[in-house]
Amino acid sequence: MLVIGYGNRDRGDDGAGVMVAERLRKLGFDARILTGEALDLIEAWRGADDVVVVDAVESGAPLGKVWVWDGRTEKIQGSLPISTHGFGVAEAINLASILDCLPKRLRVFGIEGRRFDVGGEISPEVVSATEEVAKRIAGENSTRSASFNASPILTFNAE
Amino acid sequence: MTGRGTKTIRVDTLARVEGEGSLYIKLVGERVADVKLKIYEPPRLFEAFLRGRHFSEAADITARICGICPVAYQMSAVHAMERALGVRVDPAVRLLRRLFYCGEWIESHTLHVYMLHAPDFLGYPDVIAMAAHHRAVVERALRLKKIGNRIVQLLGGREIHPISAAVGGFYKTPNKQQLSELVPDLEWALEASLETVRWTASFEFPNFEQDYEFVALRHPEEYPFNEGRLVSNRGLDIDAAEYEDHFVELHVKHSNALHSVVRGRGSYLVGPLARFNLNFDKLSEVARSAALGAGLRPPVKNLFRSIVVRSVELVFACAEALRIIQGYEPPASPRVDAPNRTGVGQAITEAPRGILYHRYALDDRGLIVAARIVPPTSQNLRQIEDDLREYAARLVAWPIEEATWKCEQAVRSYDPCISCATHSLRVVVEREEVAVD
Repeated sequence: MLVIGYGNRDRGDDGAGVMVAERLRKLGFDARILTGEALDLIEAWRGADDVVVVDAVESGAPLGKVWVWDGRTEKIQGSLPISTHGFGVAEAINLASILDCLPKRLRVFGIEGRRFDVGGEISPEVVSATEEVAKRIAGENSTRSASFNASPILTFNAE
Repeated sequence: MTGRGTKTIRVDTLARVEGEGSLYIKLVGERVADVKLKIYEPPRLFEAFLRGRHFSEAADITARICGICPVAYQMSAVHAMERALGVRVDPAVRLLRRLFYCGEWIESHTLHVYMLHAPDFLGYPDVIAMAAHHRAVVERALRLKKIGNRIVQLLGGREIHPISAAVGGFYKTPNKQQLSELVPDLEWALEASLETVRWTASFEFPNFEQDYEFVALRHPEEYPFNEGRLVSNRGLDIDAAEYEDHFVELHVKHSNALHSVVRGRGSYLVGPLARFNLNFDKLSEVARSAALGAGLRPPVKNLFRSIVVRSVELVFACAEALRIIQGYEPPASPRVDAPNRTGVGQAITEAPRGILYHRYALDDRGLIVAARIVPPTSQNLRQIEDDLREYAARLVAWPIEEATWKCEQAVRSYDPCISCATHSLRVVVEREEVAVD
């Protein structure tokens, strides 16, 4: 499984994906960090069969809510084209779909954020959510369990 | 139209990035009543954040200002620090820095030409819609961009927010083998970039020429990246240390971004068009031939043609990268030591979208006591508004939706730091008819 934490640590809650990747690294797992525009995701996951992308989202849901989407079949809600030049994760997935270069399995964890100001602090609720998501991904990596439906904190529609 | 109408073209960003970039144009009858372009400027925050930090930290901190052009921020920072500290780098380090910049130009120009601007010319709302009909073209863009990423990653240590650039050199430099491995990809990239020039030259361009003051670096021997005097087609010829004597930033009511102007003259243009027009003779032969083949000859005064000029610079960056790699000998040491000492240093380098000015004042412990950063987009802001005032006046008879789209296309020609945002905009159009006799 390839885990990619996407976002910007200098923009408040947009640091959620990066924080999850950092937590996974501390737990001894390999996780990539991607900052900047999301089209680079297409190159980052090229050749990988099972990919998890973690990103901050803003859909209007309660702060810190964790979403999980099947990136191949479901619409990503509240994906942020946040960087000053960027495309968001949703756009990267759409483009990859047209170009037939989506991974065989692609899950997107979205962590609901609210504050995205440059130089802003990450919300405590988002920090808690990153811990939950990191544990979740680490748990799956260590047990190699494919079940994502067990946790009450997550909403996930399996393929 | 029989009556005097008031049309408002308003291009707002999505609510969540409110204030980051928006465009407002008001047309009354056949007159352009108002043009306001608002862009949020992260560098202001970083200037404050830099104060009290050690000079060695500035490259890493400023690289975080922009995910697209971190190399430019790093290069302006390290050059300014080296001037403040009296540090001279190894010639091989100097060449590696040019190579570093080639990588960033390849990444950034590819992104802008293919992903952000080409859809405007081909009539698509965005690159995703374009990809459905131009798949091979988009795949070429992704491969080109990846090659730029590889160069930045190799020299910078990682793809985005590179960390290896340092005052005095690099923390780590590549060996010959590592650079040689890039050659096959770059040879492909050179051909692909030549194809890019032919492709963009085939687009249709609005007939819109303006009498710009072009401002860019000029070096006696090279097409500019990191070094040179700042020159213009109206007689400017200064060292970076004189920048603030000749340019001033003005507060405007409608935006928290400052507008930079040439003292005593006004707006000016930075970026590919300015570089090309002022340095055509310094382009490599392959890039110059590509430009002439595309019908480009300085001065190019139509900003919409900047997409072709950007493509020519893509050719230059690929050819220059190959030239540097083929003659590369690693430096004796990756970097020279830089002492803590009091000083002031200024530097200008050519970010993909135009000149980026940094000034730092340091105390005797090497701590930053003052920082000033003037990004390319804020240098172009006044010119963008001036151009839109002219351009919108030609669009008064057009349906409001089409006029709005054409103005967005015009703004994107500058590759401002809101390009992406203007591809994912919520566009609000207001129209008010005012009855007349």
